[in-house]
Amino acid sequence: MKTFRMGGVHPEENKISTHAVIEQMPLPKQVAVLTSQHLGAPATPVVAKGDKVKVGQLIAEAQAFMCANVHSPVSGTVNKIDICKDAFGLTKTAIYIDVEGDEWVEGVDLTPDIKRECTLEPKEIVAKLKAMGIVGLGGATFPAHIKYSIPEGKKAEYLIINAAECEPYLTSDHRVMLEHAEEVCIGVSILRKALGVPNAYIGIESNKPDCIAKMTETARGFEGIIVEPLKVKYPQGAEKQLINAITGRKVPSGKLPIDVGCVVSNVGTSFSVYEAIQKNKPLVENILTVTGKKLPSQHNYQVRVGITYNDIIKHALGTLPETTGKVVSGGTMMGKAVCNLDGPTTKGASSVLVIDEGEARRAPETNCIRCGKCMHACPMGLEPYLFSALVKNGRIEEAGKHNILDCIECGCCFFSCPANKPLTDEIRLGKNKLRALMAAKR
Amino acid sequence: MTSTILTAVLVLGAIGVIFAVVLYFVAQKFKVVEDPMIDQIAEVLPGANCGGCGKAGCRALAEAFVKQGNMEGLRCPAGGDAVNNRVAEILGVAAEASEPKVAVVRCKPDCGGNALRNSYDGLQDCAFAHSLYTGSTGCAFGCLGLGSCAAACQFDAIAMDPEKGTPVVDEEKCVACGACVKACPRGVIELRNKGNKNRRVYVECINKEKGAAARKTCGNACIGCGKCAKACPFEAITVENNVAYIDFAKCKACRKCVTECPTGAIRDVNFPAPAKKPEAPKPAPAPAAAPAPEAPKPEAPAAN
Repeated sequence: MKTFRMGGVHPEENKISTHAVIEQMPLPKQVAVLTSQHLGAPATPVVAKGDKVKVGQLIAEAQAFMCANVHSPVSGTVNKIDICKDAFGLTKTAIYIDVEGDEWVEGVDLTPDIKRECTLEPKEIVAKLKAMGIVGLGGATFPAHIKYSIPEGKKAEYLIINAAECEPYLTSDHRVMLEHAEEVCIGVSILRKALGVPNAYIGIESNKPDCIAKMTETARGFEGIIVEPLKVKYPQGAEKQLINAITGRKVPSGKLPIDVGCVVSNVGTSFSVYEAIQKNKPLVENILTVTGKKLPSQHNYQVRVGITYNDIIKHALGTLPETTGKVVSGGTMMGKAVCNLDGPTTKGASSVLVIDEGEARRAPETNCIRCGKCMHACPMGLEPYLFSALVKNGRIEEAGKHNILDCIECGCCFFSCPANKPLTDEIRLGKNKLRALMAAKR
Repeated sequence: MTSTILTAVLVLGAIGVIFAVVLYFVAQKFKVVEDPMIDQIAEVLPGANCGGCGKAGCRALAEAFVKQGNMEGLRCPAGGDAVNNRVAEILGVAAEASEPKVAVVRCKPDCGGNALRNSYDGLQDCAFAHSLYTGSTGCAFGCLGLGSCAAACQFDAIAMDPEKGTPVVDEEKCVACGACVKACPRGVIELRNKGNKNRRVYVECINKEKGAAARKTCGNACIGCGKCAKACPFEAITVENNVAYIDFAKCKACRKCVTECPTGAIRDVNFPAPAKKPEAPKPAPAPAAAPAPEAPKPEAPAAN
């Protein structure tokens, strides 16, 4: 079975919500839709206070290059456009909408019928992805229309669909593949057409045999979709690692996947591409796992963007267990602790992970013993212990010479460190400082 | 035998002469003329290379002084007037009198008594924590309490208060080099005039949120009500983005704003203790009455 060559770790999988069928989360009373839910510049609001909006109506438009449209996830009245504290307490601009009913804009196909034929030309597909505000749902929320506009002089050879879901706890992609296999395959075919590549590869880790079976069977009905079972190893779902696992190619330092002829998308993105292109449904919903070892029940929900974490917790669990130590958005390896539960979810939110007190705290840090485990674990072939020392001593440019910017922040070094040194944190700090230095020089 | 010696002397002598001539011309061509003033000034500067002036070190500042020929925009903040006057002497310009400055922490200790909503156990570095989240009470503007400023101080003038979580500046040791100002990712620390007799008044908050939101995160937050600005007879206070700022150049330390502030966000330091309370029992100037309220007072200024 294939896997990536360098580094990687095996965190405890804890996929305890695998069997929870995707449920529909009821609409909240009010949503706060952030204008910045993607990588890049925030979108510009095009509605004003008091406007009536329908579900799927454009409420903030992408005006910069690196930006994505934002649509209303609910129908109702715009209450205000104001600053809003997101889940991490950081201030962002948000459009607050009071929910009234659930009326969709015209043209959206809400029937469960599956529509297979797509007659659009590649350019039209990309334009529609832009109009529908599709972003990558694998974590980075990269605007899809930019990814699928291949720059001049470069050629895509492979379309790779990331269905590895290597993060512990997360099961939203797993459920999407089981429940919407055909839609995902249609979405993949559309993306394949947009790129004009002969084959698309869906990489699934072997800890999901039911998904591999289901997807292989469904893919038989489609041309050029190959399901590739992968050996379980974290971070298989990282773009560069997945390319290495499936094609054997290595993305050089500072280059993008397209430089080695690859385009990688998430399986959740393929599903939203299907809904956008075939059903005219903009990206206003995402699938989110609510899970935790000590929780009485595990869930997978389809939720509207802009609902608060508290709303989700209230519906799914009533209240948080008393022994809760941390609520994490994302998986345990790369996710971020939520410090403001009143903050709204965004397009890229993939989970509400409730960690028990006993597991939430970091173990005390001790000194580096030069064991080199972090180097062995690093999937990018970097030297985390060295970055740690350089960043601490302010030798940021030297760290840059050792390719600190290649770090994908997967957390393998911190995970494997016997001294519990916060290596990933230090590297992130170093990257931030180096970027600031480079910006100042320019 | 003699001819061998003679040949050697002559040959080596000739080579020596040729090299001497070459070296002479090379030395003329690549001559570096350094102003002796640079050395003189470098000698006067403290030599701590703290970087407070914004240059790479003391010698770099000395070079900048000489290159510019005057002291406009250049100053050794760590050296104070004594050093800068001597530099001016060497340069032959009039010394610019400048107010001595001190680093001031513009964030109320204890978050105004608000309960902490979350705790942080990641990398103990303010810049990193700032990039991740807001802070333990949800205030996105205030001190994160991880001590990056204390670590940046080369003069051992800042220490973290372990109980209140904010940095405390040692006025005696602070040379106002500005290293802490640069280290703070939130801009909490400001260099302000030390003031007459070290007495100064400043707004101990930089929270730009609207009043209600600011109060939720800190009981002593400035809510931008503007009462202080109205009370100020010298027009030293401006309220912008929901937060008041006292211009230290205009402030005469009359402290009218301190009593006016409804949230206690304005702080006065180094004022004599009894001056604070007599304002309340003003109509009672009886000397006998004064000692009585004085008893509890020493505690109040100590907390300040």
